[in-house]
Amino acid sequence: MSEIMTAKDLCLWYGNTQALKNVNISMPEKSITAFIGPSGCGKSTFLKTLNRMNDLIPSVRITGEVCYKGTSIFDKSVDVNELRRDVGMVFQKPNPFPMSIYDNIAYGPRTHGTTNRVKLDEIVEQALRGAAIWDEVKDRLKKNALGLSGGQQQRLCIARALAVQPQVLLMDEPTSALDPISTSRIEELALQLKEKYTIIMVTHNMQQAVRISDNTAFFLLGELVEYGKTEKLFSQPKDKRTEDYITGRFG
Amino acid sequence: MINGKIGKKRKAYIILMRTAMILSTALTASLVIFLLLYVLGRGLPNVTLELLTTKPSYLAGTIGILPDILNTVYIVLATLVIVIPLGVGAAIYLTEYAKNKKVVGMIEYAAETLSGIPSIIYGLVGMLLFSNNFGTSLLAGALTLVIMNLPTVMRTTQESLKTVPQSYREGAFGLGAGKWRVIRTVVIPGCVDGVVTGCILSIGRILGESAALLFTAGFAHALNDIISGLVSPGATLTVALYVYAKEEGEFEVAFAIGAILMILTLLINLSASLVQKYFAKRRNI
Repeated sequence: MSEIMTAKDLCLWYGNTQALKNVNISMPEKSITAFIGPSGCGKSTFLKTLNRMNDLIPSVRITGEVCYKGTSIFDKSVDVNELRRDVGMVFQKPNPFPMSIYDNIAYGPRTHGTTNRVKLDEIVEQALRGAAIWDEVKDRLKKNALGLSGGQQQRLCIARALAVQPQVLLMDEPTSALDPISTSRIEELALQLKEKYTIIMVTHNMQQAVRISDNTAFFLLGELVEYGKTEKLFSQPKDKRTEDYITGRFG
Repeated sequence: MINGKIGKKRKAYIILMRTAMILSTALTASLVIFLLLYVLGRGLPNVTLELLTTKPSYLAGTIGILPDILNTVYIVLATLVIVIPLGVGAAIYLTEYAKNKKVVGMIEYAAETLSGIPSIIYGLVGMLLFSNNFGTSLLAGALTLVIMNLPTVMRTTQESLKTVPQSYREGAFGLGAGKWRVIRTVVIPGCVDGVVTGCILSIGRILGESAALLFTAGFAHALNDIISGLVSPGATLTVALYVYAKEEGEFEVAFAIGAILMILTLLINLSASLVQKYFAKRRNI
C-alpha cells in the first residue's frame, strides 16, 4: 500500500496561537485513518489543512509541507479547486444545499464542467448508490434535500462528495450529529468506501475508531502524539499520554 | 397582608396604567384610521377614468394625471436599473471579498448614517451635481434617488447575504467550486428574498419622495415616452400633488393623487410581506 497523503513538519497558527506543532504523518491509500484526541487538540484543524479548507480563515499561517501523491499542496502551481475535487470533504453537520436532491449531487460535476443530461443522470445515480441512499430517494430526486432526515442528509453529503470522483474523502466527525442507527449506517458505508477511496476521519468516539479504522493518530495540544495500526495503538500504546487518554483518564 | 392596603393601592395603579395605555392605543389607532378615511374619502370620488388617462389641458380647462403617473413609473424604473446592480454589487464585494473588516465596518456605518439624512439635502446636492449638468430632468431626479436609495439597497442585501449559513459556502468550496461560482450558485440564491424586499421598499421610498425631486426633476406635465421622458423635466405623483394643492388650489385633484399614493403604498408593503412569506415557505420546503 502506498502513501497518498503525507505531512512533514507541519505547523499552523491561528493568529498568535499555535494549533499544530510539527506534525509528521503519512497515510496509506484505500484505508481508513482515524484522528482521535480531546476537543481543541488540532485534529479537525489538521484535517482541514489536507484540502486547504483553512484558506477560508484569514488569520491562518502555515509552515511545513503537506503532499498529496507526492506534490506539495501549498505549491503555487496547485489549483486549490482541483485539489478539493480530488480530496473531498464531509462535514460534522450535514450541510446539503437548499436545492433538490438531484441538484445537490450534480453540483460538483456541474462545477467541473459536466452539463450533459444523460451523463449527469448516470453520475447522480452512481453517487447515490455509492452512498447507500439511492433506494430511499430515487422517487423524489426533484424534492428539496432539506426534507431528508439528518442521517439521510449526511449520506447525501457523502454522495455529493463522491459525485466528483475524489481519491480521498475527509470526514470531520461525520456521525457526531446523528442517532445510533444512522451512525452505524455511515460506519458500514465507510467500510465499503475504503475499497475505492482513502478515508481520513476525525472522530470523538473511540469505539468508532476501533470499529472501522485501520490506522489511528492520537493528537494532543496540537501535537501528533502517537500514530500506528489501530489495534496496536489501542492495545499496546507506546506513549503514556495515549494510554491515559484511551483508558479515559482525561479528555 | 395580601388583601391589605398595599393591594388596593396597587390595584388602582394597575387600573390607571391600563386605562392610560388603552387610551393611547385608541388615540393612535383612531388617528391612523381618520387619516386613511379622510384622504380616501376626499380623494377616491375624484379618481375618475378621465383623470387617470389624460394630460392636463389649459384650453379645455381639464386636469389629467397620466403624465405624472408615467413620470413616476419612469423614475422608479430608471432608479432601480441603476441602484440594484450598484447596491447588490457593493454588498457582495463588502461581505464576500473585502478583507479589511475595519474599512467594511466604516462603510456600513457611513451607509447607515446616509440613509438617515433628510431627503431635501440629497435634493440640494442632486441639483448642483446632476440638474446643473443634464438640466432639470427625470434623469437628474432618478440619479438623485439612486444616491438616496443606494445605502438601503446595499445594507439590506448585505444583511441577507450574512444570513446564508457558512456551512453552504464550505460545502461548495469542499467540492472544488471557485469563489465566484460559490457566490453565484449558493450565496445569491440564498439571499434573493432580502434583495427583492430591499427593492420593493426602495420603490416605496421613491414613490413617496418629493423633496429631493422638487429640486431636480421639475414640474412639467407633458406626456412622454420613457426616453424623452427621462431627458425632460417632469413631475412625479408626489410633486404633482404639491403643485396642484399649493400652486393651483386644486384640492380635489391633490386628494385624488393622495388616495392613489396611499393605495400604492399599501400594495407595495403587501407585496413585500408576500415576497418574504413566499421565500420563507420555499426555504422550509
